[in-house]
Amino acid sequence: MTYLRPNFRHPELPKNALGYTRQYYEGRLSTLCAGCGHDSISGAIIQACFEMAIEPHRLAKLSGIGCSSKTPTYFLANSHGFNSVHGRMPSVATGANLANRDLIYLGVSGDGDTASIGMGQFVHAVRRNLNITYIVMNNGCYGLTKGQDSATADKGSINKTGVANQFQTIDLAGLAMELGATFVGRSFSGDKEQLIPMIKAALVHEGFAFIDVLSPCVTFNNNTGSTKSYDYVRDHIEATAAVDYVPVKTEITAQYAEGTNKMIRMHDGSLVELHKLAPGWDPLDRGLAYSRLNESRAKGEILTGIIYMEPQSRDLHYMLDTDTRPLNTLNEADLCPGQEALEVINSENR
Amino acid sequence: MKATNINDPEYFHKVVDCQYACPAHTPVPEYIRLIAAQRYTEAYMVNWESNVFPGILGRTCDRPCEPACRRGRVEEKPVAICRLKRVAADNKGAVKPLMPQGPFPSNGKKIALIGGGPASLTVARDLAPLGYELHLYDDQKKGGGMMRSQIPAFRLPEAVLDEEVNYILDLGIHTHFNHYVESMKEILEKDYDAIFVGTGAPRGGDLPNLPGRQEADANIHIGIQWLANVAFEHTDKIGKKVIVLGGGNTAMDCCRTSRRLGGESVTVVVRSPFNTMKASPWEIEDAQREGIPILNNMPPKEFVVENGKLKGVLFEKVEAKYDENGRRSLVPTGEPDVFLEADDVLIAIGQDNAFPWIERDLGIEFGKWDLPAVHKTTFQSTLPKVFFGGDAAFGPENVITAVAHGHQAAISIDLFCRGGDLQKGRPAPTVNLMQQKMGIHEWMYDAYVVDDERYQVPHVDTELSLKDRRMEVELGFSPEDGFKEAQRCFNCDVQTVFADKLCIECDACVDVCPTSCITFTTNGEEEDLRTRLNAPANVLSQDLYVSEPLPTQRVMIKDENVCLHCGLCAERCPTAAWDMKKYLYQVTKTCKVWDVAAPVALEQV
Repeated sequence: MTYLRPNFRHPELPKNALGYTRQYYEGRLSTLCAGCGHDSISGAIIQACFEMAIEPHRLAKLSGIGCSSKTPTYFLANSHGFNSVHGRMPSVATGANLANRDLIYLGVSGDGDTASIGMGQFVHAVRRNLNITYIVMNNGCYGLTKGQDSATADKGSINKTGVANQFQTIDLAGLAMELGATFVGRSFSGDKEQLIPMIKAALVHEGFAFIDVLSPCVTFNNNTGSTKSYDYVRDHIEATAAVDYVPVKTEITAQYAEGTNKMIRMHDGSLVELHKLAPGWDPLDRGLAYSRLNESRAKGEILTGIIYMEPQSRDLHYMLDTDTRPLNTLNEADLCPGQEALEVINSENR
Repeated sequence: MKATNINDPEYFHKVVDCQYACPAHTPVPEYIRLIAAQRYTEAYMVNWESNVFPGILGRTCDRPCEPACRRGRVEEKPVAICRLKRVAADNKGAVKPLMPQGPFPSNGKKIALIGGGPASLTVARDLAPLGYELHLYDDQKKGGGMMRSQIPAFRLPEAVLDEEVNYILDLGIHTHFNHYVESMKEILEKDYDAIFVGTGAPRGGDLPNLPGRQEADANIHIGIQWLANVAFEHTDKIGKKVIVLGGGNTAMDCCRTSRRLGGESVTVVVRSPFNTMKASPWEIEDAQREGIPILNNMPPKEFVVENGKLKGVLFEKVEAKYDENGRRSLVPTGEPDVFLEADDVLIAIGQDNAFPWIERDLGIEFGKWDLPAVHKTTFQSTLPKVFFGGDAAFGPENVITAVAHGHQAAISIDLFCRGGDLQKGRPAPTVNLMQQKMGIHEWMYDAYVVDDERYQVPHVDTELSLKDRRMEVELGFSPEDGFKEAQRCFNCDVQTVFADKLCIECDACVDVCPTSCITFTTNGEEEDLRTRLNAPANVLSQDLYVSEPLPTQRVMIKDENVCLHCGLCAERCPTAAWDMKKYLYQVTKTCKVWDVAAPVALEQV
């Protein structure tokens, strides 16, 4: 067996603000099929976390079951991880997030894990605005079980056996918009230039940040007639805007023509800069964004980029007015405030 | 940038840094794999075909390959290429039956070879199988030239030298030993069709103007002459206190030999800073291991003589200063001079060419430094039938360079004798690009990159070795350590070959490459591209491999610099746009003495 990754890295690899090279954010060597789009998404996650200088121990990666859900093994080996039951990642993430609000949550799921078995879980995590970055690696098929059409396969898309899908597709980005998601993006595994800044913006977004990433299945869904093949996606892609993520305290240098550019300030003070905006589209207008998404779909185009965002959104903790501290830092005095406090509560309820 | 032309034989050759750096272009990774497979005989023959003296070079080579080794760019130390060569020589089976077997039918041409060193012997080996009648002249009693007279036996045992010299002499060379050629005119008057001069650089540097030089002459010796006297047993002792002047490999050989001939307190003194010494680092290490201090920044000022006898040497203290142009000058520090006692002084401060035996009216032109005017590729002098090679051609170099010269001179002599064009008629290199895939995760080479650090070659006990100047100091790798060291080789000759027509731009190779060599981006000028790659690409001597434009109008760019040749790009490529192919590059010789590309049957070995 020669399939082992050497331990040597480029001797002049750049270091981030924490002094780590990209290597510190890597995971184990992927066992997915050669050329799988998911590996590129893993690469984009590694690059985004490296560039943002996220302390690996401050991030938790969660997943369900499927090819996509195997990927957390292939990135951020020094972070927390939880590989949950099929489709149940949103519940586990909700629990983890409520218990420890200090971590950055990164959920990774697939079209089967989210749009089929996990649909009931997914929708509630969206409507509760759970503070998580939720990435769906969307290949339109069940790659782990020999490539049957999934719920996100487009109607009419031809799978590897030559049969066209007869059922309506679920557009996860559209669904997330409908459910009130506060950050919705779509990208393509083969376009890291767009995907990396989008992941960065999603990671700083407070609330549910959903990214639907088209990720071709090279083994079962990269044939002619498939609408999720490398060639098809490249031919039909249409971007809302080019995305730049500008961290806090970075001087803004790029200049763009008036009206084609938008700067959006995030909670933590960083900026998301959208330039070369598509005409008739405003990422801050849910109605406009939603209709633009539908228009593109009707034309058979694949709209990518940040589709909608609500930069000042407040998450589940804010709505529930929970303690600002993680549960594991609460001591006995915090949890048992004593007889006097109990009496105050009781008197309020008389 | 223009798409890389991988059909240019030099492109992939350059990627095999060790082979490219080797003057004789020995296919290094090829023989290292054979050593790992314990196929020592074949490993030896791959070397013999290319560098003629594997056992000698495996001990004494200047190793230009090692600083070039790619492994040295990702970790501290390169592969011990030189000592691996010795593993092949030490463990080989019968190689003589695999060499060309004479007698060879005569082609009626007669060649004189003046000097019996590596250059002449290489010419002899390359020409003998073609039926040339070769006459080798040397003033020593045996062949080998400076390999015999200047390399001490504790570094190169006589048996090894004799064996490899005799492989060539046994091809039917007519030897004229103990025969100093006094006149080129006389040689020219004989009926030789061509003459090759490989007489080395026999004149050792001296310090004739230093005060006391003449008076103390009895105890002041010229390094290379003194080493030759030791080798031929004219000298067998030296004083207890010895000073060696000079910082090159000859100085190292002088001081270590002194330690073996009775020198108890041997000191090397160099005029310039330690880190600018010309000696190879491993030679310096070996000298220091034998308890020899090296003092630096001390040019000699005077040989101090008392009662007509050498008492010691007076040294000035200096420091190196560099001007804006980076030119160095040694400036006195003003500290008091240092006096070191000595019974004997060895001067090892370089060597020069000398051709007192070549008359200057024969049509052989001489230029600067009394060096003959020799054509850089044909090695022909201004007298068409006379060729030069080795140190005699362009000044002192090393054995492997002499061998490389010998191969080229042999080609020229052969062309000259057959009436061919010495420049246009030269053969192109022989190249071969071979598929390495055997199955999923299976290649014909060991693609996995081990983490092992360079293995140390064991030495004999210093005390023992100092008692016997013939006892070899280095013991060589055991076959086990040889295997482990061989596994450190990256197999840089197994090339990453990119087929742009097959690429679907899935990025799998980019994501998996451990050293971030691969980038897909829009094309540009090289200077600009080097700033836009996934990892710094600052080593300008290492090429960028650029593809034709891909469907998205981007190009694939691979920085060859720190590619580990691990094959993961090809493993992860879904369409086999990346493939691992072994590139065998060979300098074409006058005749094929061994087919490197064809494995031999085991029973033959």
